[in-house]
Amino acid sequence: MKGAATAGGLSRRSFLVATAGTGLVLAVGDARAETGPEAAGWRANAFVAIGPDGRVTVTVKHLEMGQGVATGLPVLVAEELEVDPAQVVVEFAPADSRRYNNLFWGPSQGTGGSTATANSWEQLRLAGAAAREMLVEAAARVLRVDVGGLVAANGGVVHQPSGRRLSYGELVAVAARLTPPAAPRLKAPSEFRLIGKAGVKRTDSRIKSDGTAQFGGDIRLPGMLTALVARPPVWGARIESYDRKAALGVPGVVAVIPISSGIAVAASSFWAAHKGREALKPRWVEPAERVSTESLRRTWTALLDQPGSPAATRGDADAALGQGTQRLAATYEMPHLAHAPMEPLNCVVRLSPAKCEIWAGCQFQTFDQAMAAKAAGLRPEQVEIHTLLAGGSFGRRANPASDYIVEGVEVAKAVNVPVRLMWTREDDIAGGWYRPMALHGFEASLDERGLPLAWRHRIACQSILAGGPFAGMVKGGVDPVSVEGAANLPYAIPNLKVDLHSPKTPVPVLWWRSVGSSHTAFATECFLDELARAGGKDPLELRRALLADRPRHLGVLELAAAKAGWGDPLPSGRGRGLAVHESFHSFVAQVVEVSIGAKGEIKVDRVVCAVDCGIAVTPDVVRAQMEGGIAFALSAALFGEITLKDGRAEQSNFHDYRCLRMDEMPVVEVHIVPSSAPPTGVGEPGVPPLAPALANAIFAATGKRLRKLPIGDRV
Amino acid sequence: MFSLMVNGERHKVDAQPDTPLLWVLRDQLGMNTVRYGCGQGLCGACSILVDGEPARACQMPVSEINGRRIVTLSGLNDAVSAQLRAAWIELDVPQCGYCQSGQLISAGVLLRRNPNPGDGDIDSAMSGNLCRCGTYQRIRAAIHLAARRLRGGS
Repeated sequence: MKGAATAGGLSRRSFLVATAGTGLVLAVGDARAETGPEAAGWRANAFVAIGPDGRVTVTVKHLEMGQGVATGLPVLVAEELEVDPAQVVVEFAPADSRRYNNLFWGPSQGTGGSTATANSWEQLRLAGAAAREMLVEAAARVLRVDVGGLVAANGGVVHQPSGRRLSYGELVAVAARLTPPAAPRLKAPSEFRLIGKAGVKRTDSRIKSDGTAQFGGDIRLPGMLTALVARPPVWGARIESYDRKAALGVPGVVAVIPISSGIAVAASSFWAAHKGREALKPRWVEPAERVSTESLRRTWTALLDQPGSPAATRGDADAALGQGTQRLAATYEMPHLAHAPMEPLNCVVRLSPAKCEIWAGCQFQTFDQAMAAKAAGLRPEQVEIHTLLAGGSFGRRANPASDYIVEGVEVAKAVNVPVRLMWTREDDIAGGWYRPMALHGFEASLDERGLPLAWRHRIACQSILAGGPFAGMVKGGVDPVSVEGAANLPYAIPNLKVDLHSPKTPVPVLWWRSVGSSHTAFATECFLDELARAGGKDPLELRRALLADRPRHLGVLELAAAKAGWGDPLPSGRGRGLAVHESFHSFVAQVVEVSIGAKGEIKVDRVVCAVDCGIAVTPDVVRAQMEGGIAFALSAALFGEITLKDGRAEQSNFHDYRCLRMDEMPVVEVHIVPSSAPPTGVGEPGVPPLAPALANAIFAATGKRLRKLPIGDRV
Repeated sequence: MFSLMVNGERHKVDAQPDTPLLWVLRDQLGMNTVRYGCGQGLCGACSILVDGEPARACQMPVSEINGRRIVTLSGLNDAVSAQLRAAWIELDVPQCGYCQSGQLISAGVLLRRNPNPGDGDIDSAMSGNLCRCGTYQRIRAAIHLAARRLRGGS
């Protein structure tokens, strides 16, 4: 499909809206065209197309879920292509593991691990530079001059000796016949006019501020049915019986279909499907063993007394624990967490004998394509994915099992019309794929100077990678994402040992914004604070002493501490805490200020954040990701908790899975460390330091050491 | 059959009486700015105005709507809404954007009642609207900016 593609009357380009001023333009659509000349213009490469009117289209291969890739990635192209961002239209790439793979992941397209900017950094600048060089060469041919006198600027090529100018639109026909350069020249950072500069606006603010942004639930195809699935309330349960007739008796219900995850009800509307699902009254055969948070806590606590699989060893921690002048021990506990993005999961699927079309906020396109193909009985290349904006994800949509996509395909296969598969909020909160619960046990010793001599850290945490397509990354019994942030502890402690237990549970677990660091940072940064207090050291001083050879950790730590006024006196009942953590190759330090009320009420007043993410391509997006990461982490630190009982989750919606609200949002200040290093991610690294900095602040204010999340309203 | 007045237009809809207005607006009238987030009146993603008062479309059976005036974000074009939208865009408030139509409805209700809200007023007016991306700080700033402009400031 090319040009103004339509699908069943749905115009993919119906939300092509220009932003004002210097803004880019986001077209919610996707790039259909193959590389090569197009009738309407020139597709320079997989990422850049230029129309005869000079309009530049940039293809974004990553999912926009709020983190700003539809803004930052086009800037990389615009910088090298020498175009005004206002001329750029943004499109989302089709699923294609060859052209649009994540360069850090091999032949797999997907978004995650805060890699979107980092893996695209050279790729998109080269794409822009290649197109620019071809346009300059085209101008040389048209004007019959040497390329030496030609300069690309502002969407055109100028012949400096004569002052003649040709717009890119006038050059596309000639450029289309040229061979792409083997090694286009990239700008030096000193030449950047967009990258790292203030004033670049998000491409999607307008459509997200007037309500026209299109999400999966907004897609309506002719004849489409809406389907909900009754899934087992207890993990591992099997269906015994259900009232098919009662469900089919609900007005609007068209079909009741057993699928691999449960019983689907397909109906003419959401409400009919919902009532039909209620009428099913399914009975389940429950497994004998039913998991509970209490039983996990008991068995995992016992595991902390047993050696686990070694993840990091330095010196002889076991021996050094018996030396030194003080010995400390502590256990930390973090709960299961749901991602709870604002948009409940959904997808639209249209099947034909040789094709499966999917509309969804897909985060793992290549997995989704493969899993959908398997469910549909097609080949992966027969699955066409229209990646839409996602109403948040925080990792939930990056599921290699493609759970909700497979459900959509299975229902569509049965009903022979397009299907919109929806999850309710209750399905989402109680439906698993959680951040795993984690227990962390520590033992440490201090020397006579109050410096840590030995650090023994044992983790019990269900593996995310084991049993899935990434199981090969588990080496020597260690799932690297269970120990990230712990095995690579940055502190210069001479004797260190980190080991891991990976107990299995029937509950499916998944990456949750910042993955392992979402629990390892809390445990390590709180326990380090405990060591500082025990050794009579200021928490900042101890970190400085132990990070002497970690300049990027130190850089963010010093910046955050200075901006927060670390050491300035606070009135009674208030406290400051800090934490620093590296995740996804970015470095973040945060200082949290809390007030404690007369009845122990916790109020987080202020969070000062310093981030070193290499070159901050779009600084305001970096700030937004830190602000958002802090709110997301604070929500979990204060309130976030899925508890299991009798094999099921006890929470079901926002009344019992409480999330941060406006009146609980602190003032957040973000400071970016200037850098010339290649950019690293920002979607996740704002999360890890918040919870430990908060617990450390509460300790500073009250003397109470909190070792279990969530903290709750009061201390 | 129910008769609804939505954004100044009359619609006749055929629906079960207990159908929440949210699903009538979305599934039958195609009004996508009213979003589904929780179905229990807990998140504010489906915020609308009913006879000028803020309401949660997921909590209102269509049978109770007869004759009442429904306004969604796309039906608002007064000065308050225009300034709020402009401030939202200027400060790049949205991240994923899913909750923002509800946020803008609630912010509009606040500014029509209180042209000069303090942070506490904003907190109480906006605390029914969840944002999982954590755009609260920018929402607060954008409401202040829009309020200032509506009062004639810059």
